[in-house]
Amino acid sequence: MKYFVLLAAQGGDRGPWEELSPVEQESDMAKHGEFAEACAEREGVELIGGEALGEGRTATTLRTKDGELVITDGPFAEAAEQIGGYYVVEAPNLDTVIDLCRTLPPYDIEIRPILDLG
Amino acid sequence: MLVTRTRRLDLAEGALSEAFARAAARWPSAGVPDNPGGWLYTTASRLVAGRIRAEAIHGRKAQLLAVDSAWVHPPGPERFDELADERLTLILLCCHPALHPTSRSALALRLVIGTPTSQIARLFLVSKSTMAARITRAKKKIIAAKIPLSRPTDADLKLRREDVCRTAYLAFTAGYTPGQGAQLLRADLAGEAVDLAAVLHELLPAAPDVRALFGLLLLQHARRDARTRGGRLVTLDEQQRSLWHREEIERGLALIASVRPTAGYVESLRLQGAIAAEHARAAEAAQTNWVQIAALYAELETLTRSPAVRLNRAVAIAEAQGPRQGLAVLEGVDRAMPNNHRLPAVRADLARRAGDLVLARRSYARAMELCANEVERAYLAERLDEIGRTNAR
Repeated sequence: MKYFVLLAAQGGDRGPWEELSPVEQESDMAKHGEFAEACAEREGVELIGGEALGEGRTATTLRTKDGELVITDGPFAEAAEQIGGYYVVEAPNLDTVIDLCRTLPPYDIEIRPILDLG
Repeated sequence: MLVTRTRRLDLAEGALSEAFARAAARWPSAGVPDNPGGWLYTTASRLVAGRIRAEAIHGRKAQLLAVDSAWVHPPGPERFDELADERLTLILLCCHPALHPTSRSALALRLVIGTPTSQIARLFLVSKSTMAARITRAKKKIIAAKIPLSRPTDADLKLRREDVCRTAYLAFTAGYTPGQGAQLLRADLAGEAVDLAAVLHELLPAAPDVRALFGLLLLQHARRDARTRGGRLVTLDEQQRSLWHREEIERGLALIASVRPTAGYVESLRLQGAIAAEHARAAEAAQTNWVQIAALYAELETLTRSPAVRLNRAVAIAEAQGPRQGLAVLEGVDRAMPNNHRLPAVRADLARRAGDLVLARRSYARAMELCANEVERAYLAERLDEIGRTNAR
């Protein structure tokens, strides 16, 4: 099954990227490297994709209301402001993904199954 | 067991209920089989296999946990004991932290103990349809997010044991939490949670958290028959101690004594168990060692920082040193628990005993305002009446 792993910096131990010191940023990057390695080593797991995202204030939100597309500045929810990146991981089950996420920096992490619509 | 063997959570539950229904219809006339558990298991296995065949014929794509071929050869009753591991796996699945705590408790009672949904609903004070929806939602999440039914590593098991203990304890306390309206304590249903702890203890007899949990539940549940009389709540000091289940108490005492002082959740269970043990040891209420109990509550308060624990410590201090000292411990708790009726109820009681009838009367009134349980409110009204009379004299 494919899982979407959303990384945010909200209420947990880790602050937003831009507030981290260079040393902290470096340690974070190393942890992302460890995560990729852990995924590669684990049987049945494949890191399919993942990117770092721009800050929430660079987001643009599109909403359709009464058939009309409304474009607004900013993320669609306040909570989404601190979303910093994501991964897409193929894994045999939820526990495997949770276990792999232990190697990441202390983000608030949301894991969702990706639906197979094929 | 049936779930791990057949990998079909959706079918196993229905089949097991059906097997119980058949047993209920058959055993009274045909007699109880030599191995009732095995009989139930075999019957349920056959039902599951039948359903899977029927589904295959109809070509329906059903929700699967993960299909394997194990269901084709369900084990016979003689293998019943070997399934302990699978039972543990099932408990771990039900108590997975990715599920909502209340759903965990409900699911564990439903699938591990076989408690009917209607009973679980009564335990958690919700309607049967609400509980059924909650259980269904949990099962759907297990399937959709693919929460695995697999034996965890020893390190994982140690982490997850705490979730399991919390789940069983939540189910137990639900039974002892007086609900709204006329619903009394649901001690009969708390017994189902004790069963869950017993199963856990059977599977993991050496685990300190499981020992502390099972010991604590045994000690508390042993008082069930003395806790109400004629629809009224009977407080610990007025309980008829001959109604306490002595064998369960002995077992609970031994379990609690076997757990070494440590830290974290285990320690909070152990301390609560040690407090229950002090009560259990006293042959009469007057012989209770309140000094020791107050010391244990102080440790528990340091560990948990819970205002509810502080409230209990105030009661213990009042017994050990006097009501005024107890009242002093309550200072500053109001902000932490503004809408809890127990705080004014305890304050009222202590004020009454300290002779401060103005504070007592005000606090009883406040407690009655906040209390949603009729049985408890009746008790509070009685006490308020008493000091009303005292005042008139």
